Amino acid sequence: MNLEWIKKTTIAASMILASGISGTIAQATAVTLLNVSYDPTRELYQSENAAFAQYWQKKTGQTLRIDQSHGGSGKQARAVIDGLEADVVTLALAFDIDAISDSKLLPANWQSRLPNNSTPYTSTIVFVVRKGNPKQIKTWDDIVKPGVSVITPNPKTSGGARWNYLAAWGYKQKQTGSAEQAKNFIKALYHNVPVLDTGARGSTLTFAQRGLGDVLLAWENEAHLILKEFGTDKFEIIAPAVSILAEPPVAVVDKNVTKHGTRKVAEAYLNFLYTPQAQDIIAQNSYRPRNPAALKKYAANFPGIKLFTLNEVFGNWRNAQKTHFNDGGVFDQIYTP
Amino acid sequence: MPKTQTLEIAPIFHKRLSDPLPVQIVLIGLTLLFFVGFIFLPLALVFAQAFSKGWEYYLESIREPYALEAVKLTLTTVAIVVPLNAFFGVTAAWAITKFNFRGKATLKTLLDLPFAVSPVIAGLIFVLLVGSRTPFGSWLGEQGIKIIFSTPGIVIATLFVTFPFVARELIPLMEAQGRDEEEAALTLGAKGWQIFGKITLPNIRWGLLYGMILCSARSIGEFGAVSVVSGHIRGQTNTIPLHVEILYSEYNFAASFAVASILVFLALLTVGVKVTLEKQFQKNSFHH
Amino acid sequence: MEFFQRKRRNILPGFGLSMGYTVFYLSAIVIVPLSMIFFNTIPMGWEPFLHAVTAPRVLASYRLSFSTALFAAVFDAIVGLLTAWVLVRYRFPGKQFLDALVDLPFALPTAVAGICFATLYSPVGWLGQTLIKYNIEIINSPTGIVVALIFIGFPFVVRTIQPVLEEVEHEIEEAAQCLGATRWQTFRKILLPHLFPALLTGSTLAFARGIGEYGSVIFIAGNLPMKTEIAPLMIMSKLDQFDYAGASAVALVLLLISFSMLLLLNAVQEWQQKEYR
Repeated sequence: MNLEWIKKTTIAASMILASGISGTIAQATAVTLLNVSYDPTRELYQSENAAFAQYWQKKTGQTLRIDQSHGGSGKQARAVIDGLEADVVTLALAFDIDAISDSKLLPANWQSRLPNNSTPYTSTIVFVVRKGNPKQIKTWDDIVKPGVSVITPNPKTSGGARWNYLAAWGYKQKQTGSAEQAKNFIKALYHNVPVLDTGARGSTLTFAQRGLGDVLLAWENEAHLILKEFGTDKFEIIAPAVSILAEPPVAVVDKNVTKHGTRKVAEAYLNFLYTPQAQDIIAQNSYRPRNPAALKKYAANFPGIKLFTLNEVFGNWRNAQKTHFNDGGVFDQIYTP
Repeated sequence: MPKTQTLEIAPIFHKRLSDPLPVQIVLIGLTLLFFVGFIFLPLALVFAQAFSKGWEYYLESIREPYALEAVKLTLTTVAIVVPLNAFFGVTAAWAITKFNFRGKATLKTLLDLPFAVSPVIAGLIFVLLVGSRTPFGSWLGEQGIKIIFSTPGIVIATLFVTFPFVARELIPLMEAQGRDEEEAALTLGAKGWQIFGKITLPNIRWGLLYGMILCSARSIGEFGAVSVVSGHIRGQTNTIPLHVEILYSEYNFAASFAVASILVFLALLTVGVKVTLEKQFQKNSFHH
Repeated sequence: MEFFQRKRRNILPGFGLSMGYTVFYLSAIVIVPLSMIFFNTIPMGWEPFLHAVTAPRVLASYRLSFSTALFAAVFDAIVGLLTAWVLVRYRFPGKQFLDALVDLPFALPTAVAGICFATLYSPVGWLGQTLIKYNIEIINSPTGIVVALIFIGFPFVVRTIQPVLEEVEHEIEEAAQCLGATRWQTFRKILLPHLFPALLTGSTLAFARGIGEYGSVIFIAGNLPMKTEIAPLMIMSKLDQFDYAGASAVALVLLLISFSMLLLLNAVQEWQQKEYR
């Protein structure tokens, strides 16, 4: 090794870099949108963005680039509050968009501005088990049995984990009509949890790649993705008879679209998600579409689960958050000795 | 510990300083054992995963436009951060080791502080300082100046995280060397810059080099703090570590580890530079 | 401005300039941003502050973070000294390769490191497969956290000792040996005191870094409340409730503890150096 060698390598490396970078991404485009979203929607928005860009170009002649940012739902909301200039947010739960509206970036009534509570797609919570279902897990009551190891992320840091928790709670409360019993059920459930990853994808990897746990609580769309990525010969999906209707909402961030002058395209983008074309893509990505035709077309993917809404059991998101997940809430109580 | 005029030592004396062979073998063995468990295995895992889909897939993953954008952003950050912190490190080490003053221990501790700050906090403080919730941040926003969630934010967070490296490397070294040589030069009529250039700098060159290598290694790999201020916009504010995370979250393990292996190569490259420089120094100087 | 201390006088030039720049840069990059933690904690008031930072879960997380960081730092001190010694003093094939790999823990993003260890020690991993037979559990336990922190802190120790060891005057050692000291005596009485400041610095840095480490630990810790939840995770979970003040409060406590520990160790070092001079 000598100086000459270093020089040559450096020159070669910088040439490769330069040739790769120039002209690939940084082409000038007429309009840019930034969609700040949560973790599991990467694949969905990749397809939706391509479809919408095409639609928009046909309609207006404008070239459109949609930038994506993904991460934990709460973190993403915080980034927007702190100045990440998202034109639209597509997050895991309404509470996170409520927090954005608290800092005056969009009006408090944001959820009534689009159809279906501003949720163009829904999902639910299902079980993923190892092939052959060795522990015979069929219902919610099966996962709290002694000796069953359950993988679910930490509700404090993961939006998906909160849906898991609320699904379990809601099931028990609806079954018994008692909040006390629901609390005991949740306590038994988390007693069976050996790891609390900070995000939903972390849990998936713990379960699928590291071989921990007998059952994974997951978004229905994630469950299908797991089967696709890790093999249908390794895992199977078990749909419980009852679960929660998870509604991940979308919203235009008024302050930012005003600043960028992108209101029209941002609104068109979110409205596009309700069109038959977009709804089809939604169903293809294993989210439950709002459009009955699309739901029917992909019915095989969406077993009939009796779904209850969050508002039915918990009133609203702010309430659920305060009672269950804030410091000192029920989730903290069940871990207090 | 004054460093005296170095005598030319006959090689025969040097020999007496090396440990007996069995001791050497045992110590090297123990070191290797540690390396296998803590360094080689993780490294092997990175490469095993990176090549799990073959060479072609590997090359494709690291030549993908988003990956290249990430490399570019990371290298830009390093190119800004390392010189700034190196300059600061030398200045601070000079002030701390060549003079006596009150509050030295406190100052040294303040220099260490960024190490003790969780990367999560390191990102958070800049959000709290210039995020749009603050008056200062919203004023900046109105002027159209973007700091966090764009390149300046990433640079500043990295500056913070790697802040102490060079200074911390130089201070113990310069303390061990004392200041007699510099003071002697001063009595002989040398000027400040001459003293620094002719006496101090040659004495501290290893420490400075190590410090800069650490600084660049850490700025290449910093994840936590940068993750908070980045905004994670693909192709724009993703550094290599963030891109690795994104790919991993997409269950694209082979590509994720392929990109991670770029970081390994960059780390090896910095040390390659060090080895070459060492050889050059050896040629030019008498001892060492 | 002249300070007198013992017999030493400050006669070298450049004090004002170097000190001025040091203080300026330190303030701009570290002090002012860090003060934001303080300013964000003030509005919350004393009672809620105490409540936030002394909740049982938070206390348990401090304990865990400090004890695991301490274990890791001690381990790193031993292995780091060993590695630095071997790299500086011996010649053997592959030495430069080892030397190069010392920095790996810095360059490899902490998240990748965490994932690697979690994969290695998982029940289906290369090491975990064997360990599980002996009922040794590394991941999802404090041991796993220590493993990750050893990795994270290792370069600090090696890289602070290495330059000092390289600059050690051979004459002293030789003189000692000429006077009949054994190798071990020479090491203990001559070399170790000389290396001690660097060793202490290195392991203190590893320790301090270990307290705050987040990225690698969350993958391997298991994050169970009261058991394997580290302090930085408490900050994270408060932030996810949009509780900026609460997060700042925990951060402030963590910062103050780390700061006083660093201060103490620096004072010890200063004292040790005066003794030695």
